[in-house]
Amino acid sequence: MARMIIPRVLLPLLAAAFLSLASPPFFTGAASDPRDDEAPGRKLAKQAVKRDKRWSTTDHTTHEALKKPFMSGEEVTQACLSCHSEAAEQFHQTIHWTWLASGSKDDITYGKAGYSVNNFCISANAMEDKACLKCHTGWNGVEEGINCLKCHGMEKFNYSEAFTDIQAFVRDDDPETLKIMAEIQKEVSSAVGKIGLPGRSNCGECHFKGGGGDGVKHGDLDTSLMKPNKALDVHMGIDGENFTCTRCHTTTNHNIAGRIYTNPAVEKTQSLLEDDLAPKITCVSCHSDAPHTNDSKMNDHTDEVSCQACHIPEYARVNPTKMSWDWSRAGDLKDGKPYNVTGDLGKDIYQSIKGEMVWDKNVVPEYFWSNGTQTSATAKDVIDPATVVKVSHPVGDGSDPDSRIYPFKIHRGRQPYDKVHKTLLTPLLSGDKGYWTTFDWNEAISLGNASLNLPFSGEFDFVETTYAFPITHMVAPKTQALACIKCHTRDTGRLANLTGFYMPGRDRVRLVDSLGWLIVLGSLGGVGLHGLGRFFTRNGRRDSNE
Amino acid sequence: MNEKKIIKIYLYTRFERFWHWLQALMIIALIITGLEVHGTYSLLGFQRAVNIHNFIGLSWLVLFAFFVFWLFTTGEWRQYIPTTKKLFAVMMYYARGIFQGKPHPVEKSPGAKHNPLQRLTYLGLSALLLPLQMVTGLLYYTWNSWAWMNIPLAPVALLHTLLAFMLVSFLLVHVYMTTTGHSLFSHISGMITGWEEIYDTTRVEEWELPGKRK
Repeated sequence: MARMIIPRVLLPLLAAAFLSLASPPFFTGAASDPRDDEAPGRKLAKQAVKRDKRWSTTDHTTHEALKKPFMSGEEVTQACLSCHSEAAEQFHQTIHWTWLASGSKDDITYGKAGYSVNNFCISANAMEDKACLKCHTGWNGVEEGINCLKCHGMEKFNYSEAFTDIQAFVRDDDPETLKIMAEIQKEVSSAVGKIGLPGRSNCGECHFKGGGGDGVKHGDLDTSLMKPNKALDVHMGIDGENFTCTRCHTTTNHNIAGRIYTNPAVEKTQSLLEDDLAPKITCVSCHSDAPHTNDSKMNDHTDEVSCQACHIPEYARVNPTKMSWDWSRAGDLKDGKPYNVTGDLGKDIYQSIKGEMVWDKNVVPEYFWSNGTQTSATAKDVIDPATVVKVSHPVGDGSDPDSRIYPFKIHRGRQPYDKVHKTLLTPLLSGDKGYWTTFDWNEAISLGNASLNLPFSGEFDFVETTYAFPITHMVAPKTQALACIKCHTRDTGRLANLTGFYMPGRDRVRLVDSLGWLIVLGSLGGVGLHGLGRFFTRNGRRDSNE
Repeated sequence: MNEKKIIKIYLYTRFERFWHWLQALMIIALIITGLEVHGTYSLLGFQRAVNIHNFIGLSWLVLFAFFVFWLFTTGEWRQYIPTTKKLFAVMMYYARGIFQGKPHPVEKSPGAKHNPLQRLTYLGLSALLLPLQMVTGLLYYTWNSWAWMNIPLAPVALLHTLLAFMLVSFLLVHVYMTTTGHSLFSHISGMITGWEEIYDTTRVEEWELPGKRK
């Protein structure tokens, strides 16, 4: 019968249609698909870093200038400058020296050496808080000039101890002492000869331990990046690309690329194909703005969503990071002595000198629109103590073409503010008269604010604050990248708090949905009733057989 | 009336049937994946749903071009020219006559596949609803390319969603209507085999024949 034969013609066609639905393009989400390796962004980036080893035309251990017996750090620097004649001039202009965001020394608004505050140790009190200075790039703080070895010394060596000893021994006439001094000087010379481009331990000594300890500040920068595996950081993993910091943080005249306070890392995000001399500081620099395979909808995201948003699903994946710091709880003493309490993660959750802290690991970021700049509060800014004060917060807007959705660590704090002047206060912490010694807020704040020439009414309380760190390190392997559903879902997605744009899977207009379902259910009800009508009237057929 | 002899006529060509069923499959798959992308449920996973939805959507666009080409080269487009003649009678048949065992006022015939109500429905579907759904879908898909015009995605997405609901509604009614033939499955089997059952006494009115339309 025709009815039986012709479907056989149709069946293969239908089968073909089904098969086409099951073909590879739909399963690009599968991790094992080898075609992923063809992603243009990977290919480009691999080319950009093809040269596997940096090479040098000099061996500093052979330089006569570095073989002399050094008496002080300053002498080492002079030896460096005897060849690198422009280095000091260059370096004095950089934020690593000035601790000021602006290139001009007259503008001291933003920077550790200026009026900037945070919700960690709050302020460096115009460099009066000596504890902060251990991270400064000078010998003995700023007293004795640049310490080139902080960034270029490849051997971890306690120079300050060595030079203190040398200074003490040199006054001694005892030949035995002088012999020991000569030994120390030999060790110094040996260490000084080991010069190179900054390595992880050079940068990490300060940047991994910002805020007074490992992982206190950033969340995506801590000592776990000293020897990470690929799973923690695809770029820095020693079993992977093994990048040092300077692989991306490229340098011009000692100015190292990166975001500082309100200044974005780059004015314009572009790939090396567009500008081969651009800093390599952004993902796009090497990976381009269409990094995924050509048929991938993911490439359509790059104008609205940062790479980091999906590729760093969690931060602090190995070492814990500090999530909050309540200064108002500081000052509790046991038998008149300060004490610490260590929490589950092996970190102090209470310190008499600092207050109460919360630490966390594998933290899911918070997401905000960001154009690369951030607001940054200073001790001069008037705040509204009734609100949570945003000491640092990303600037950006969904309607701004330069803004993308970025992941952030938000560090929450409670810190002192002036109840009369409505400003954040800058207590002096270290030293004999600092809070950490005296546990006297009034004195510490008076001294601290005086160091910045700022008034203090004498009345203070604590206010809740937030400080935002962009999360950009600890990029996970691509198999760990965030699944679409983490954001494209009704109410519980990671971007649930970001409004002002329509996101498929998350957004709907209830009226449209209600109307739609009304139409559908109406149709179903209509045909249902019609069908019942036909059933009960038996299609109107009078039983003519009777 | 029941003594009438039922004969079969070849009504739907191979291409037509292929097109019909492929389109049916695509629309059903698009509805299933589309509602998942809309966030109504979780079935295939968002990413897979999006990929399938986009692939079928774009394929449909290409196939639709073939359909339109076929429509005009074969002259079959004339089957979609709307008419008010007997439209009311057909509506009355489905509202009343069908329950009373009355005959369909416009039986199918080789020259006239669609009754006046079908003509109107399918014209609205093929010329309005489907193209509009394709256009909104394409705008949705290519949104990033015209984002510089600062047109928000929301109205496009909402229109696409609303039209999808209307298509679901059409699908439900359409499937139900296939059961109103001489037997429950005679219309469906007609669309599978190409052979439709009609009464041998059915006379095709002059106005129904596309070639002879004035």
